[in-house]
Amino acid sequence: MDIRLIVEEVAASYGTRNVFAAVSVELCAGETMVVSGQNGSGKSTFLRLLAGLQRADAGQITYLAGNEAFDPRDAGHLIGWVAPDLMLYRDLTARENLRFFAAVRRISLDDHAIDEVLARVGLAGRSDDRLAAYSSGMTQRMRYAYALIHHPPVLLLDEPTVTLDERGAEVVDTVINAQRRHGIVVIATNDPRELRYGDLVLEFGST
Amino acid sequence: MAGHSSTEQDPGLTLTTQQPVAQQRIVDLLQAAWAVFVKDLRIELRTRYAINAMVLFAACTAMMVSIGTTFIGLRRTEEALLIQASLLWIALLFAAISGLSRGFVHEEETRTLAALRLAAPAIAVYLGKFLLNLALLALLGLITSLLFIVLVRVQVGSPLAFLGMLAAGGLSLATSTTILAAIITRASFKNALFAVLAFPLLVPPLIIAIQGTAATLADGGGVVALPALQFLIAYSVAMFVASLLLFRFVWEA
Repeated sequence: MDIRLIVEEVAASYGTRNVFAAVSVELCAGETMVVSGQNGSGKSTFLRLLAGLQRADAGQITYLAGNEAFDPRDAGHLIGWVAPDLMLYRDLTARENLRFFAAVRRISLDDHAIDEVLARVGLAGRSDDRLAAYSSGMTQRMRYAYALIHHPPVLLLDEPTVTLDERGAEVVDTVINAQRRHGIVVIATNDPRELRYGDLVLEFGST
Repeated sequence: MAGHSSTEQDPGLTLTTQQPVAQQRIVDLLQAAWAVFVKDLRIELRTRYAINAMVLFAACTAMMVSIGTTFIGLRRTEEALLIQASLLWIALLFAAISGLSRGFVHEEETRTLAALRLAAPAIAVYLGKFLLNLALLALLGLITSLLFIVLVRVQVGSPLAFLGMLAAGGLSLATSTTILAAIITRASFKNALFAVLAFPLLVPPLIIAIQGTAATLADGGGVVALPALQFLIAYSVAMFVASLLLFRFVWEA
């Protein structure tokens, strides 16, 4: 799918505190942008704006998919979002979670496909465990399974390797490299090692 | 993805795909709503957050009423029937409120709202939560009524009309509490807002439900209860349609 992300003069604030202002950027399929900056500089807020989970105070964000333009709030089918504040259903198993999110996304996902996604993120064999029994690293892997089931052309990763062990970080590396071949990746990070992914680096100011 | 309308033209033949696309989108929406309902029901059956609170509240109320006011159940005067109906709906209302907000509040507390918002259409979320509330209220209505009949010795003069009133009253409660729960979940001052919104939304249908239920407790009161039944159904339809129109704004606030 031909996909473009256009951010025009976007600003965000919390109360009287301006987080960032007049951010403009444009990304096409095959491009990766890294958003870096100190704690509180607005990296996560920026990704939430891109995901349509929060409204910008000013400016406009548009996804162009083929000939259609989408506001972020209507672009859930285009977006895979992974973030520390993304929580899935702890009282359901990994399989039940993925089956549910596939159903509401109206995509077909049989048990074999679920096993494949879970194997891809390193959770093979744990599909029938409730998420309440998962460690923080396994929960982070599960977030990737949630974000990837609908093969989104845009992947938004907030602190992509947080709580992950070395093998988990390799999984993330594989996911990012696969996504870069056909879609857009936006990474918010403080980890200098993850700057290497960026075709473009957006540096946010300090608090 | 937004649906397209396309028109293929052949000599003498015009085939438009607008209707099948619209129908497919409705089917998709209903399937997504059903998935939300099944997910919530599964979690509810595992955790029993709402059911335990609701049933316990209903049982406690019926027990207390039975101890304090058993004499009311034995009387068949118009005033006594009104009191019986009032006590029944008070028990139903508070038991419902103790559990019905769980659908949205639980999503907020467990911070799963973002995952749901990103994946599910807003209307499907509303319909799924509404279905769960309706199912819980149906269960609660049956349990509470049985407890009142057994413990408070309430006698039902027109059982079919009584069940109809219970269903219509439950429907109006479900439509009101579902959108209320959604609003208070997204609001900063939850308790104050709940009180302000709950009064105008819940009191009018409950007054009618009490009057209608009192009529069905009397012998041959089914016909007398018909206007109340019609009002409750009309109220539920109006509230349901308003909720469908409003929900997206609440959900994305």
